[in-house]
Amino acid sequence: MSARIGIVTFPGSLDDRDAARAVRLGGAEPVALWHDDAMLRSVDAVFLPGGFSYGDYLRCGAIARFSEVMGLVRDAAGRGMPVLGVCNGFQVLCESHLLPGALVRNAHLRYRNRPARLRVETAATAWTNAYASGAEVVFPAKHGEGRYVADEATLDRLEANGQVVFRYLDNPNGAMRDIAGVSNEAGNVVGLMPHPEHAVEALTGPSTDGLGVVASITAYLNEGAAR
Amino acid sequence: MTRQMLDTVGVAEATPDEKQPYAELGLAEDEYARIRQILGRRPTQSELAMYSIMWSEHCSYKSSRVHLRQFGEKNPKTPRLLAGIGENAGVVAIDEHLAVTFKVESHNHPSFVEPKQGAATGVGGIIRDIIAMGARPIAVMDSLRFGELSHPDTARVLPGVVEGVGHYGNCVGLPNIGGETFFDPCYQGNPLVNALSVGVLPRERLQSMQASGVGNVVILLGAKTGRDGIGGVSVLASATFSDEDDSDSRPSVQVGDPFTEKLLIEACLELFDSGLVEGIQDLGGAGLTCALSETAAAGDGGMHVDLERVPLRATGMEPHDILASESQERMLAIVAPANVEQVLARARRWGLLATAIGEVTDSGRLVIDYHGQAVVDVPPASLADEGPVYHRPIAEPNDLGLIAVDRAETLPRPSTDEEIRRTVLDMAASPNLCDKSWITEQYDSSVFGNTVLGTPHDAGMVRLDERTGVGIAIALDGNGRYARLDPYTGSQLALAEAYRNVAVTGATPIAVTDCLNFGSPEDPHVMWQFERAVTGIADGCQKLGIPVTGGNVSFYNQTGSEAIHPTPVIGVLGVIDDVSRRIPLGLGQSGDTIALIGTTGEELSGSEWAWATHRHLGGVPPKVDLDHEMKLAELLARLAGNEQLAAAHDLSEGGLAQALVEAICNAGTGANILLPEGADPFTYLFSESTGRVLIVIPRGQELAVRSACEQRGLPITPLGVVDANTDGLHLRDHFDIPRAELEAAWKGRIAAQLGE
Repeated sequence: MSARIGIVTFPGSLDDRDAARAVRLGGAEPVALWHDDAMLRSVDAVFLPGGFSYGDYLRCGAIARFSEVMGLVRDAAGRGMPVLGVCNGFQVLCESHLLPGALVRNAHLRYRNRPARLRVETAATAWTNAYASGAEVVFPAKHGEGRYVADEATLDRLEANGQVVFRYLDNPNGAMRDIAGVSNEAGNVVGLMPHPEHAVEALTGPSTDGLGVVASITAYLNEGAAR
Repeated sequence: MTRQMLDTVGVAEATPDEKQPYAELGLAEDEYARIRQILGRRPTQSELAMYSIMWSEHCSYKSSRVHLRQFGEKNPKTPRLLAGIGENAGVVAIDEHLAVTFKVESHNHPSFVEPKQGAATGVGGIIRDIIAMGARPIAVMDSLRFGELSHPDTARVLPGVVEGVGHYGNCVGLPNIGGETFFDPCYQGNPLVNALSVGVLPRERLQSMQASGVGNVVILLGAKTGRDGIGGVSVLASATFSDEDDSDSRPSVQVGDPFTEKLLIEACLELFDSGLVEGIQDLGGAGLTCALSETAAAGDGGMHVDLERVPLRATGMEPHDILASESQERMLAIVAPANVEQVLARARRWGLLATAIGEVTDSGRLVIDYHGQAVVDVPPASLADEGPVYHRPIAEPNDLGLIAVDRAETLPRPSTDEEIRRTVLDMAASPNLCDKSWITEQYDSSVFGNTVLGTPHDAGMVRLDERTGVGIAIALDGNGRYARLDPYTGSQLALAEAYRNVAVTGATPIAVTDCLNFGSPEDPHVMWQFERAVTGIADGCQKLGIPVTGGNVSFYNQTGSEAIHPTPVIGVLGVIDDVSRRIPLGLGQSGDTIALIGTTGEELSGSEWAWATHRHLGGVPPKVDLDHEMKLAELLARLAGNEQLAAAHDLSEGGLAQALVEAICNAGTGANILLPEGADPFTYLFSESTGRVLIVIPRGQELAVRSACEQRGLPITPLGVVDANTDGLHLRDHFDIPRAELEAAWKGRIAAQLGE
């Protein structure tokens, strides 16, 4: 059976359809999850897509954190369920304290949409095991508030633990230490600003590198099932 | 402050001689007299506000209507047209299942007063027009015109407008797939912000704005109603800016909330798919006034509304304020009584307000009560359809003859290779030709995952159906300089360019939308320009066999007596059976052949070269040949379908030189070019002769492409080869420009000018 990947739609989620397409093209089964329903529909993993959840009023991701579904996602992540947050989804994961650090206004103060060259810093996560560590990928980056910040001690710890998952090769937003994506200590929760789900078809994306994310989660879940 | 007595219908009948501020509201004396005649009494305050809004230029098209009739009269008949002019947006069939709706609209005046919100709400407004047809909006585009790039006020207006277009489109989740940005001093006090949206719908989901079915319930969906935009229509959009002060008009610009708009889109689509609404209308300019009178007039003719039920976000609003408010993100739905509970529940699920405010009647009257007292009792058609129609005086400008003989072809030209080389670089760095990515990078272009071509390609292309690969292409083009020289030809040049830009991607043009930006209709010279431009578009579309499906007129784009160049902006929609066969902008592979289709004459009047290097505008614009354009489009669609082209690029402002610069910089490679024997290098590089396309032919297809051109009588000239080793522009026997030097000139100009 193919892996069931839950894709959460908050009011203001925008890239949820794209996430579903990417999951489908990668050979897994997308399952729609609604922000206000306290159920995870037996999914094997959760994908928090991009957008402007609840209008991103107050602070990006700050309101989504309190939604019904995020309570369940937080518990499930604690038990080891893989969770991926892209763009606004990354912001939601940071606001939910599932990931360390925060995402603030781009250093140049504008929304910018540009293909981002990234280095996959670690293949030791649920969402990156299909890549070679050190591999270069291209995903579109499009955000106004994607500058990753954390205190020095946290950054040092992330580096030491191998929790920096993606790093910009041409930093588009002033992120500290060129960080584009991080994971939790266990490696099951990953967040990144650039959009792997927009790099799944040569026709519409700058690359098809994003399919590796779906391949990774599928392999991770299959391996778990085999154990 | 004492509270004024409510001006009810009863009060109006009892006080027939009360003085009313009709002139301040923009109504002429004879218009006021006609209102009294229609009602058989003086209007109430609320009625006066409604007539002043609905009879304003913006809503009634009173100056343009007699000319716009031409579109209806000359439009070619096509079975594709499912809804046309007069609807919220035109709808055209794509195949037996799908239809597409698209429209371009202006938001010029608000964008000058408050650039970010003015532009943002322009995008929001056009998106609601698309929803109102039953469609899911799938993309936006923007056509922007500013004053001089170096003018201090441009540094205020441009970043704000771009932020507004970007913020709204990005947050509502629509890819921006293209557009244009131009600079000219004539737009200094009157920037143009034209926004286009396109949506897709299953053909059977087409909606109407009719309020039919006696007893059906009128439901207001979306945002609360506030004081924003009150008087926006009559004060802002229908009066010329004075030079002195704009402080009074500032509160009239609306503030947008794209988050609520996103919820409106999703909620409305659910309602349509569940068959829960009988009619739907967006609230845009003129707010409830327009939506109530148009839906009532289009349906059974009667409606009763209890105005105090409208949810408000401001205190102390009078009935006429509520009726005139232009608060954004609102829709009006007509719902059968049995479905009301379901509609309210769906709206709740999306966190949207939904309120029953009235019902459809058979009284033939639009009656609006406020706390049980009638404040409006009018025949709705008198507001919506029977506004004044002007036959404004028309006069050919006196300077036309002088302008025509002041030809750019007589200007001093660069002659040595070094001078021409310098001109290529200077032109690439000029505000109108330079790279616009500082602007377009602020727009999401990929959300939905269906954008096949976006900026900087000649047209935007979106996939509609992943299974079949069917898609659409849209281009948005205008050229105010050409239209200033000759509005008839100028409007056809814009039409021909948008048509060609669609064709260059391999799509087949099928329909047109237009945004007509002009000065004051009270100036007979402006009215002459308008009449000529409309005639040019109508004649052109008739010839090309594609109908005008809708659009918008924006008058009063002038400061004092100085009008903008007449600026018709044309959007052309095309269809392509399989988006994987699209032709991109670029240069293909090293070794591919570069060729030019079309004929290059000595046509420099109105050109970018004349403007950028001599600040000259005079002479006669390039000739248009629509027969040629049709053959060219048919050829390109054929070559795309056969996968016989690696790339193609329309030649427009800046001519062949600029087309090569853009192809090289975007492809990141080089072109080895040999001009045809006997060609004058300057003319060949910078002439703006129309109907020309730069094509890149993959190896092995040269003969097939040449013979396809010859069969159609289209001249084709080989120019050279793609050459990665050149890595730049090599013009054999003349000069070389390395790609790094081209890019240094072409990129970064806007950021540098804005101080970044």
